[in-house]
Amino acid sequence: MSHHIIEFEDVFFRYPDGTEALRGIRFRIIHGESVGIVGANGSGKSTLLQQMNGCLLPTSGTVTIGGISLTRKTRQEIRRKVGVIFQNPDDQLFMPTVFDDVAFGPLNLDLDEACVRERVRRALGTVNGLDLQDKPPHHLSGGQKSSVAIASVIAMEPDILALDEPAANLDSKSRRALILFLKAFKHSKLIASHDLDLILEVCERCIVIGEGRVVADGPSGEILSNRTLLEENSLELPLSLQRG
Amino acid sequence: MTFDTHYFDIGRLDRLSYKNTFVHRLDPRVKVIATMLFLFTVISFPKYEVVGLVPFFLFPALLMAIGEISVRFILRKVLLVSPFAILIGVFNPLLDTQTIAVISGIPISAGVVSFLSILLKFALTVSTALLLIATTSFPGVCHALRRLGLPSLFVSQLLFLYRYIFVLMEEAMRITRARDMRSFGTRGSGIRVFVRLIGTLFVKTVDRAERIYYAMLSRGFKGDIPSLGRTGIKAADLTYLTATVAFLAVFRFYRVTEGIGRLAQGLMQ
Repeated sequence: MSHHIIEFEDVFFRYPDGTEALRGIRFRIIHGESVGIVGANGSGKSTLLQQMNGCLLPTSGTVTIGGISLTRKTRQEIRRKVGVIFQNPDDQLFMPTVFDDVAFGPLNLDLDEACVRERVRRALGTVNGLDLQDKPPHHLSGGQKSSVAIASVIAMEPDILALDEPAANLDSKSRRALILFLKAFKHSKLIASHDLDLILEVCERCIVIGEGRVVADGPSGEILSNRTLLEENSLELPLSLQRG
Repeated sequence: MTFDTHYFDIGRLDRLSYKNTFVHRLDPRVKVIATMLFLFTVISFPKYEVVGLVPFFLFPALLMAIGEISVRFILRKVLLVSPFAILIGVFNPLLDTQTIAVISGIPISAGVVSFLSILLKFALTVSTALLLIATTSFPGVCHALRRLGLPSLFVSQLLFLYRYIFVLMEEAMRITRARDMRSFGTRGSGIRVFVRLIGTLFVKTVDRAERIYYAMLSRGFKGDIPSLGRTGIKAADLTYLTATVAFLAVFRFYRVTEGIGRLAQGLMQ
């Protein structure tokens, strides 16, 4: 299926204050691949994810998603395909109740009422959050917030999922639930994280970013066991590979 | 009171609204309308009315009893804002000295009566408004206002206010705690540091607003916040509204206290 290919070609991005966040990123992700994006703090991971659905547009270079090149005009269309889950669930959950929040995306897709309710039910079911429906987000625990944030994005049934540091602030059980969910999600996914064990478990491919460039790109098992490469990028071997 | 206790106090009012009692289950629209009618009825009483106002306390009292809201909690809140009402009426006894009644030999001036009337009206309106918030979830009130015809932009603002007041207060709490941990005695807690804290909070808020806006765009935001109607008006809602209207009409146009007094006199004889 060629229509879910993600392609970054020489993407540069400079913030208005002059910071060069991306300096010629180039990669291609085919349908169904799950790819981990790793790198030091400030290496450009979050900036890269924000290019995925046009929150930020490249200063030069092109981002192509499903055969559509990302521009100001095609943003809306691309946002239907790519679901981005941001780092802080408080930014993601902006509606006053969980139900309203999960329904926000589907309602904006102009679905009818029955369909919206069904989507909300299914999305919350996937993250085991059905009993949270009527709660306001500020009464949720950190783990519940991040589950609901995921539900609010998958309710739009995106073809591609992009997650920024999804396991940050999660307890072990919530993290495990997240990993199981990510493994079950069959479409393409991009995960930016410092949790290398999670990347190792969920992603077959891994891209290392350093100073806004792709430093390494290959199978997760290979990259994440390369001690020198990781240490050069302020990372260390995943815990599961440290013994032996 | 420190910042923390204020924060938990707002949180408490909010938690009350998620109880599950008869009053809480009523349709928010009905409660908003009933509260409005109550407010207008109370305000419509003339300046020197005191006796006629007293029976109206039955309404908040019933709401408190059925809604299982603690009387002390509401009283504390009413006292907290009472200085405003007191300031408005406190000079009445001095300005309006005409004697209109003599009770057990003590002359009562018109100013005292109107001051008392202001205080009663204040206590009635504020406690009932608080009870609306304590028995109805804030989103419920917002959706009710929207469906009663308030502009969507205004309702969206209210919804965001409610959603982020807690996040903002928590952030402010973290910042003040961080300051308190590193300031000893008066050093570090002065006005100049405070001004900087507010600045930090402002910058953080602007950043957050931007991230929230991105999150909204990512989910197809096109300028309007859509919502699904959740409840219809049920028989219980109509009964409640009818009862309230009847209650208000009777107490407004018929001197209930006088009637009870007459009845008691009749029985004594």
